[in-house]
Amino acid sequence: MTALIPGERIASMIASIVPGAVAAQDRGAAWIRAETWPAVARGLRDGEETDFKFLSAVTGVDYIDHYEVVYHLTSFRLNHRAVVKVRCGEGREEPAVPSCVPVWRGADLQEREVYDLMGIRFDGHPNLKRVMLWEGFPGHPHRKDFLR
Amino acid sequence: MSMRTEPVTVNIGPHHPSTHGVFRLRVTFDGEVIVDVEPVFGYLHRGTEKLAEERTYVQFVTLTDRMDYVASMTNNQGFVLAVEKLAGITPSPRGVWLRMIAAELQRIASHLVGMGFFLQDLGAFATPLMYAMRERERILDLFEMLCGARITNSYMRPGGVFMDAPEDFWPAVNRFLDEMPGYVDEYESLISGNEIVLSRTKGVARVELDALINASISGPMLRAAGLAWDLRKKHPYEFYDRVEFDVPLAQESDNWARYIVRIQEMRESVKIVRQCVQQIEPGPIRPKEVPFLVRPPAGEVYSSIEGPKGELGYYIVSDGSIAPYRCKVRAPSYINLTLLKDMLVGWRVADMIVTFGSIDINMGEVDR
Repeated sequence: MTALIPGERIASMIASIVPGAVAAQDRGAAWIRAETWPAVARGLRDGEETDFKFLSAVTGVDYIDHYEVVYHLTSFRLNHRAVVKVRCGEGREEPAVPSCVPVWRGADLQEREVYDLMGIRFDGHPNLKRVMLWEGFPGHPHRKDFLR
Repeated sequence: MSMRTEPVTVNIGPHHPSTHGVFRLRVTFDGEVIVDVEPVFGYLHRGTEKLAEERTYVQFVTLTDRMDYVASMTNNQGFVLAVEKLAGITPSPRGVWLRMIAAELQRIASHLVGMGFFLQDLGAFATPLMYAMRERERILDLFEMLCGARITNSYMRPGGVFMDAPEDFWPAVNRFLDEMPGYVDEYESLISGNEIVLSRTKGVARVELDALINASISGPMLRAAGLAWDLRKKHPYEFYDRVEFDVPLAQESDNWARYIVRIQEMRESVKIVRQCVQQIEPGPIRPKEVPFLVRPPAGEVYSSIEGPKGELGYYIVSDGSIAPYRCKVRAPSYINLTLLKDMLVGWRVADMIVTFGSIDINMGEVDR
């Protein structure tokens, strides 16, 4: 069975990679400060007991008072999984997160999708263009305030 | 003699028979050699994830059919498993066996489509595709017996399935299982030894395993590079721990390996369906106490299954209401395209179509 690492445990693993990177935690996930995310991602990928070589999914979620990017990570060797979240600042203006494409290339298309449909900017992405919709489309349809 | 030519940019698709739907490739050629590739998609984008936020959990099952429309059953399965995990529903054993039968038949059908179009792209015009469609037709007939629909099945529900299999389903499925290995032998004798197929696919578009893992590529593409990662084995959902099957592997990670892994997976799926048919017992297909209006507690879940094309995941955030607050689909077809450029650059026009076919994507799932 692919075990899900509890939030508390993944938070302590992250704290040992970059001290002070964990902003919050709950039962199933750990929240990371946006500015530390690239270093944390690299540490999670290369760490001996984390070994998250595979980035399963990147999701943007609109919580109305803020946006979050959720990363689901998988290790094939250790057969475990973890959920790591990055909160994109306060409020709805200009949400942005550092890109993790330099760490996992699998984030390339997924971050473009989140940028396109949720309007979250990924700083450092090599080719941040809209992917489902065309350039010039007004708004980002997955946001909660998008009206048809 | 080498001659310098001026690079030319060509649009292939969106309306092109070999792009498997509405997919566009902006390819820059130097002579016949590919120097740059830019995939363009979104022509089939329907906003499925947004539509989920306005529908109840059971209503959304009908929309999962329309994502990967050659693998509707596995899409249903991935979603209902996620809902069950989120709402804490224990499915009925008979419902689970029926879901596994449907999902494995669907895997065979999806691989048949993948194989048929792959060979069509190779230039084996129509013949292999007709063979593939002949068997797929029989699977669709079985689905019609199960739920009345052939493509957009919407067969599964949180807790099980919505309808029990009719009496005459069982002899029909047994007949199919008896005949299918012979059909696979037929494809193998026609294709797997064919000199043109071998020379066109062996060694073409190789990718290193580390690059595949780093690019989040899953499913048969990963197993064709020698990594035995199959969620049915590594994370046995449903009753996959009660059936015996092998995970077919290849080491070459080229177009040939991706093709042969799919052929062998069809044989394994036949084995799985046979064991399901032997082990299924009478009983309710869905627990009576599970309501049609599922109302999971506030929380979130990520649940993934081994779809025919790779890791098919559903990430659902619930706010305790009757509709998901956010429903994200981790679509394997979409993510498997990440390395398309690396696989194509340096190869020729004719190899481009074949390589694209070997990834086996479905545009309904890419664009959602």
